[in-house]
Parts: sequence; structure tokens; C-alpha cells
Amino acid sequence: MATMEELTTPHLPNFCPGCGDISIWSAFKQAAVKAGWDKTNTALTAGVGCHGHMLNFVKIPGFGSLHGRAVPVAEGIKLANSDLNVFVYTGDGDSLAEGTNHYIHAARRNHDITVILFDNAIYGLTTGQTSPRSPLGYKSKSTPLGNIDNPLNPLTTVIAAGATFVARVYAGDIPKVSQMLIAANEHKGFSLVDILQPCYTFNKEYTHEFYRENTYWLPETYDPTDKTAAFEKAQEWDTKKIPLGVFYKEDKPSYEQQITHMQDAPLVSKEPVVKDISTLYTKYK
Amino acid sequence: LDQPSIELHKDELTNDAGVLFDEALNFDTTSLPSGVTIFKIPLAKLVKEAGGSEIMRNTASLAATLALLDGNFEHLKDLISEEFAHKSEEIISLNHKVAKASFDYAKEKFADKIKKVLTQKENVVDQVVITANESCALGAVAAGLQFAAIYPMTPTTNILQVLAPLQEKFGFIYKQPEDEISALTMALGASHAGARSMVATSGGGFALMGEAYGLAGITETPVVIIEGMRGAPATGIPTWTEQGDLKMILGAHQGDFPRIVLAAGDAKEAFELTMTAFNLADKYQGPVVMIMDKIICEDNQSFPPFDYSDYVLDRGKYTREKEEDFQRYKFSEDGISTRTIVGSGNYFNANADEHDEYGYSSEDFDNRNMQMEKRNQKLATCAKEDMPEPILFGPEDAQVTLVSWGSNKGSILEALKVLPNVNFLHLTWINPFPVEAVKRILDRSKYVIDIECNFSAQMRGWIREQTGIKIEDTLLRYDGRPIFAEQIIEKVKKVMGEK
Repeated sequence: MATMEELTTPHLPNFCPGCGDISIWSAFKQAAVKAGWDKTNTALTAGVGCHGHMLNFVKIPGFGSLHGRAVPVAEGIKLANSDLNVFVYTGDGDSLAEGTNHYIHAARRNHDITVILFDNAIYGLTTGQTSPRSPLGYKSKSTPLGNIDNPLNPLTTVIAAGATFVARVYAGDIPKVSQMLIAANEHKGFSLVDILQPCYTFNKEYTHEFYRENTYWLPETYDPTDKTAAFEKAQEWDTKKIPLGVFYKEDKPSYEQQITHMQDAPLVSKEPVVKDISTLYTKYK
Repeated sequence: LDQPSIELHKDELTNDAGVLFDEALNFDTTSLPSGVTIFKIPLAKLVKEAGGSEIMRNTASLAATLALLDGNFEHLKDLISEEFAHKSEEIISLNHKVAKASFDYAKEKFADKIKKVLTQKENVVDQVVITANESCALGAVAAGLQFAAIYPMTPTTNILQVLAPLQEKFGFIYKQPEDEISALTMALGASHAGARSMVATSGGGFALMGEAYGLAGITETPVVIIEGMRGAPATGIPTWTEQGDLKMILGAHQGDFPRIVLAAGDAKEAFELTMTAFNLADKYQGPVVMIMDKIICEDNQSFPPFDYSDYVLDRGKYTREKEEDFQRYKFSEDGISTRTIVGSGNYFNANADEHDEYGYSSEDFDNRNMQMEKRNQKLATCAKEDMPEPILFGPEDAQVTLVSWGSNKGSILEALKVLPNVNFLHLTWINPFPVEAVKRILDRSKYVIDIECNFSAQMRGWIREQTGIKIEDTLLRYDGRPIFAEQIIEKVKKVMGEK
């Protein structure tokens, strides 16, 4: 169990003023203190994008991976040590462009990892190009005449692939983000927390004001076990009509729970030892 | 088999060769060399009489061949039982019956033409018949493998097929990933968490792994990469052999980091070098590539059971204990810092960005220089502490030296039997490279021939880069077939005649 101070590194975030990453940083640390995530029980991975810097600002062991490759590193960590809480910091460029295949396959296999999607609908680190989440018609340095690529929906994509916990929050609501990260980590299986966040410097459309005005929480009457309803709600995106909350939740064994010979103890609970293979020779004699 | 088979292989036949086919097919054999013996056997008829199905002509021709080579029928009978163990008793006994009929027929009909090639030996030494794929997989298990992520690809697919059924008994995880990019990054994640990890692939898969190869280098994460080469580029000639991936492996990924590269020449070396690779990966905390080529990956060879009783599992500088002010990338003379695992209670960041001693991203130029020098020092340390002398077969003071690597070893050793004044430098450590020893051997020789299965003599280039020595003559082959002993003998005789 770490205190807020123990999660602090010597480096302060270098994100632009007003960046959604700063609220996510704060929300993650608050969740970590509350849920007891620390350097004895938790692993972080990150891809490439502004989000990738986050590993420098949270004192929990990290693996800073390549662009789009944070998800498979996280899978490897979880397979080797299923006792760890494993988080993936990734972005809409990182997991919906470069690493889309890993994103889909992790969901389909239901690995027990939590994917935190820093979703700002723009490439911020490379100073403002259209991302797979940018809307049609969106003008940026890479689409000066307006975007003609149909955007990819991060929620319906993983629901279709077989994800078992799919949620969306807005970065500015720090207590809610924090709460959702804890719920996602407690879920056994693949969990996605899509975090809508402004990129104040490069995305002038999706601002804090925009999200505050246009998002609403799914009502208590909404049934997150209804997959058809989840698809419908996940496709809703309009003025004052951007839903937040848990869209889909299903109880199903995680990938790691199905590896029968690893149920007593995680793989790395034992150090590797030289093995006697003489019994295997009979096949080759 | 058919008429084209006779035409295709007629030039490979010597005067004491034989050609065996079904009497009823009555092939035209006039193009065969005069001394070749024709064995016409009523295969289909024998199969039918024994009550077998048409496909059992295979068994019949195998049994007849065995008879002509004076083999022991009981061995064939056992092999049939083994091969068809997953089929019904009826299939096994029918194959036995067919084999017996054909064996007896050939033995009686051609009694005067039997050659004592497979005559039963006394005091038989127990051997294993194994491919390098299989021995590599067994070597990995023996070395304490804990995690393997392998996407199927010819010619190394059989590594995963050997590993997958063993995971419960030997306590490791085999995972089939969605692609090779995922394979290597998953293996790095598992290694980061403390598992001895490996991947295996061929050239195309390794090309996809290129990005994560350097990620292993800068994050200093141990991983063993098996690369079984085949005819390239692209899909190339996917089921044929080649040694064309050397330059790619030595140069893959942007920038500088220690790339430890080994290469096996047969199944025994594949076993031993795989075990070595795991220790080197742990000790030097990074990727270690072990290269094989198709011809050893998938072809059987016999060896006495491998002895690894002197193998000591070495995890290098490594701790799972929580330490005060732990610095994962602490500067050190030999380039190696103490490694820990996630969950140990130590903070560290395995960072793809250049980083300071804790792993925090850093663009400070003094730190950059020191981290670059620390990482790249590991190759020199490895050369000093672990690299053995290269293997030289034949007389030290031979007139001609053959230089080669990988599977050519078999053909070259075969050729050496009839080439008294020739020796053979077999390279298994590619990087670090045994510079001084290779210089000494090549300087002493009057004539050097580089033998490789690729177009551009890639090893010759590497030797020149490492030693400054330019090897003038080459024997190259890139049609997907292995170098034959006959080609080597012919080449050496020509060179010696000219001298």
C-alpha cells in the first residue's frame, strides 16, 4: 500500500497546460492509493504518444514499449505473473492505428489486463495530425482538406472482439475516472477504460467545455450485460448525447484463469532450473 | 515413382546405384548410366495379395529397399508400429503383412544383388535420431525455459509443436500469438516479469521482430530468438534451404546495441547453443539470436544422447530482493547492471527511451554517452568471458582452408574424408566474433575458400569487416539445395590442381 508521496517520482509531468493527461495522472494515483497498487504488486506498460511519458511520473515499475506494442508486453507480464495488477497506458494512435491487431486480440483472448485508452482524437506528440478517432471532415496538418477516413470506434471494436469490461469516462471528472479504473482492475478479464480527454494544444474541437456540455452518464436502469444495447449505446455520439459509464460487462473466465497448470502459483513464483529431459529421448530413438 | 523422377535424378547415380520401381509400370531406363541395377518388383500386386490398399505400395517399396541393403526386418516392423501408433491395429498389421511380402520377394529374387549397407551391427550404441528443431526445443526445456511465444513459420514450426505438449509437465507456458511482433514483445513482457523466455521464427518473422529486437537491447531484457533460415527474399522458396539472413540479423534494428549471434551447424550444436543462448541472454541482459538453416531444422541426424551434465544455469547479475535505492541501469565497468523483476518491490522503468540509471527518460548528453558505452561494452565482456575458440577440423597446417558456418558443416566434413591436405574452420560464434583466432588460422593457410548457401557470400563480408582479411575464392549455392560434398571435392581438387 503506497501513499501519494511514495508514488511520486522526481519528475513532474511535462504535458501542456490543460492536457487531459494531467487529470488522468492524478486520477490514477488516487486510485492506486485507494486500491493499494504499488511497486510490489503492480506493473505498468505504455506505448508511444504523449501518454507514454506517464511512466516517468508514477513510481510503479513500468515497461515503456514501442508504438502500438504496450498491449503484448502487458500480456507477457500477466502470463508470467498472474498475481500482478497489469495496466496498459495507450492512446488512440497507439492502439487504434499502429497496434490495432494487439488491441483486438487481447480483447478476444480476454487477458486479465486493464487498457487505459488516452483518447484525444488527435496525434499530439507529433504536433497535430488526424487520428483514427478524429471525426469525418476533421481538418488537421495531415488532412488540410478534411478527414475522409471513417473513424474507428474503440468501444464497439472490443465488444465485438470479446472484451468483458468496456467503459468510458471523461478525463476532467477525476473522482469518476479513479473509481472506474478501480472497477476495471477488479474485473477478471480484459477491461477497457476509454478516457475522453482534450488535447488543448492541437484539438480545438474536443475541449473540456465540449465534453462537460455533451457527455452524460448511462442511467442506473441501463443493463450492461445486454450486448445489443451496449453496441447501440457505444455508437451514440451527438450534441449532448455522448454516454459515459460501463457499456458492457460479462463474467467469463480470463485467459490466465484457463491455463490449468498455472492455477496453484504464477509461473515466476519459481526460479528456472535445469530440467532432466532424458524421458523425452524415447520419442527420438 | 514416375518417368520424370528417373530423368531428374539420373545424373546423381553412380555405377553401383540401383533403381527400384513397380514391375507393372515398366519405365524407360535407357537414359540411366550403364552400371545401374534395375529392380523391378510387382509392388501393387504384392500389396493386393496381402489385402492392403494402394497407398501401402510405399511400405512395400521401403521394405524391398531394406531387403536389398541387407537390413533387419524386425526394425522396420517396429518402425511401422510406431509410425502408425495413432491408427487402428488393422492398419498396422496390414502394413506389416505388406512389408513382409515385399521384403521376402526382394530378398529371394535379387539374392545375388544384395549390398551389405544396413547389415545388423553387433554392440549397438544407443543413439537419438533428431532434427535441429527438436533438439533446439529440448535444449530450451533443459535450460529451464519458462515462456515461449512462437507464431508458426516454416522451417521452425516444429519447435512449437515439440514444446506445446510439454508445458504442463515441465512447468512452462507456450503461447501462440497473433503475429511475430506480438511474439517478441510478449516474450519481453514475460522476461521483464522474471521468466526465461524465447521466440522462434524464420527470416520473414524476424523482419517483423526487428523493432522489438532493439527494444530488448535498450531495455536490457533477456530473450532468446531462434531464426531458422529459408530461401528468401519475401516468401522466396519457403520449403528450401538458404543462409541469406546473416546480414539482416547482424544489422536488424536502428542504432547500436549488443547483438549476440550464434549459429548451429547440426542438431547437436543446436541443442548446445540453445542452452548457451539462455545463459548469455540472462548474463548480458538482452537478445541472443541462435541461427539455424532449413536443412538442419527439418532433417534427421543421429547422435548419442546429449550430455549437458556440466551445464550451470546462470541468471547473471540478478536480484528478486528489495534493495535500497535500486538503480536498474547503474553504470559498470563490464557494462552489466543488476537486473530485477517487476513485483520485487524495486522501482525501475524498462524504458524504450534513452534513460538514466533508474530508467527515467533522459536526454542529457553525458548520461546518453555513458548508457551507450555501458550497453555496448557488454559485447566486449562477452567476447572476453564467454566466447570459445572457433572449431578447426583437419590438420592445422593444411594447404587449403575451407571457411563456413551452419549446415554446410555436414557436407564439408564428408568431403574432408577424401581431402587430406585441407582443413575446415567452422564458425558458430558470429557476434562477438573470434577475431584473433580466425586471423591466425586464415593467415597460416595458403588458400582459403568461403563456402556458403547464399548469393553474396555474407559470411565472407563479415569476416572481412571483423578481421580485414579478404577471402578471394568462394563456393556458393542459392538454388535452395544444400552444398553437396561432391561439389566441395571438385572445387578443392580444381584449386589444388591449378596451384
